[in-house]
Amino acid sequence: MKLFTIFKDIVRNTFSKPYTRNYPTEIRPSFEGERGKLIIEGEKCIYCGICARKCPSNALVVTKKPDQSWQFERYRCILCAACVEACPKKCLHMVSRLDERG
Amino acid sequence: MMTVNEVITIDNMIEKIASLLPRHYRFVTMTAVDVDTHFDLYYHFDLDYELTTLLLKLDKGAKLPSISGICPPALVVENEIQDLFGIVVSGLNLDYRDHFLLATDAPARPFCRVPGVSVSIVETEKTGGEK
Amino acid sequence: MSMVIPFGPQHPVLPEPIQLRLSLQEERVTSALPVLGYIHRGLEKLAEEKDFQQDAYLVERVCGICSFIHSMCYCQGIEELMDLKVPPRAQYLRVVWSELHRMHSHLLATGLLADAFGFENLFMQLWRTREHVMDAMEYTTGARIMLGSCCIGGVRKDINEEQKKFVLDKLNTVEKDLKVLLPVLLEDYSVKKRLVGIGMLDQLTARERGAVGPTARGSGLAMDHRMTGYCAYGELGFEPVVENGCDSYARTQVRAGELLQSIDLVRRALDRLPDSELKVPFKGNPPAGEVVIRAEQPRGEVFYFLKSSGKDKLDRLRVRTPTFANLSPLLAMLTGCTLPDVAVIILSVDPCVSCTER
Repeated sequence: MKLFTIFKDIVRNTFSKPYTRNYPTEIRPSFEGERGKLIIEGEKCIYCGICARKCPSNALVVTKKPDQSWQFERYRCILCAACVEACPKKCLHMVSRLDERG
Repeated sequence: MMTVNEVITIDNMIEKIASLLPRHYRFVTMTAVDVDTHFDLYYHFDLDYELTTLLLKLDKGAKLPSISGICPPALVVENEIQDLFGIVVSGLNLDYRDHFLLATDAPARPFCRVPGVSVSIVETEKTGGEK
Repeated sequence: MSMVIPFGPQHPVLPEPIQLRLSLQEERVTSALPVLGYIHRGLEKLAEEKDFQQDAYLVERVCGICSFIHSMCYCQGIEELMDLKVPPRAQYLRVVWSELHRMHSHLLATGLLADAFGFENLFMQLWRTREHVMDAMEYTTGARIMLGSCCIGGVRKDINEEQKKFVLDKLNTVEKDLKVLLPVLLEDYSVKKRLVGIGMLDQLTARERGAVGPTARGSGLAMDHRMTGYCAYGELGFEPVVENGCDSYARTQVRAGELLQSIDLVRRALDRLPDSELKVPFKGNPPAGEVVIRAEQPRGEVFYFLKSSGKDKLDRLRVRTPTFANLSPLLAMLTGCTLPDVAVIILSVDPCVSCTER
């Protein structure tokens, strides 16, 4: 009969540093290549609309001529990066959620 | 690719399926497909990673005899099909009456393709967004 | 005197909403009636509205825990329809991510089980270990759960040397943690008191009721779809973990065994990672036809039925998730148990309700 099997672990945890961080003051740096949010380099965009057709969640709306516009609804985005792969001008990028752009 | 091993009819389906079960076939699931003229109902069974599929062609409006009496796990699938396709399953051990998966205010029989009427998901109006 | 207790949909031990109406005769459950439909999202219908490439992202969202295996299984189905041959490196990478998913899912499930029988400390330790697996997934794909790294014809991401080293480091940490935690889970007197002999499901009932995954393997059925050798499992060599206890303890033993096995599989897959393309290009839509494809998820066998008519949108996509198959065995287990054991029994089959309702 084995009792108190976790006792050793409790002792180890009691005398070790806290495992968690003080979140708002100390933020874990994000991993390289994290898909956090979508940004666009507006000047490169040619308004072809491929990204909008590829988007599985209809988060993008591209209007061609005359009033060229590229609209993005952030709350619809599922961060799959299908648009980033499809973009012929490579003007869409997925960046970390901690990134200051966008 | 899926191979249909046998086409069964409403009259002989119970005995065909009952003959599989003692041979240690495991009931995997049922699939219903609306093919406009009728429903295709596939019964999938598994034995040693080999899938055996029986096909039942069911006329629209016809009642589907339940196999939940001989094969208890079919009960949940049959209730689901009754919900989503509007196929009336007769002889269910436990009948949820069209509200197994769907809420009371949900659109009824979402998978059933009524000729001339297309059931499609309505897109909400696109608002907001940023340049 | 008989009475009915509604167990759920909101209950401290249930991670997701499902209601079980338990008919009680004093302390004993005489019958259980499941009430579903709290989180039916109509994903199968939505899949008919999206084109077949977008569906790969959609089916990933059927489940929030075994998401990668869903998209992998779907992509395998489309590849079979279109007769595409996936390059070997992609096959191995698929195994790596599937097994990482299995590890994090089993750690989650055993953690929740520990919580259900009141072992708060073990629950937190297991979830702490799970974070390492999540880090490995985040660093290799860019997301923690919705990896999105599987696409039709192969995979979208590669694992480079640096990432490989990171994953292997994390696996060592996880293995070290598990050496401390698994003995607690499997040998502690108080844990055994809550698991051994609880929720009996004998082999015959398990087969009759169509049990899959650890629920079936805990009842002595050697049934694991990885045995068919899809992806690179055939080359990596694989034996299912089977226990004959038929109770909640046996199912926990299976999960513990699979955790260690998954670590081993990821190591071997990364070690043998062949050099090749990541995906094969394809043109056009899948040809008309029907295909059934199955894969092994942490909870059991997942079943995909795809029907295409040669257009860009599928005619029908049907998903049968493992918990859907385990619902009937769960009801068999609940009949005759006592009320305090209900929570443990439900979590011992590791229910995933939003999967079930799609």
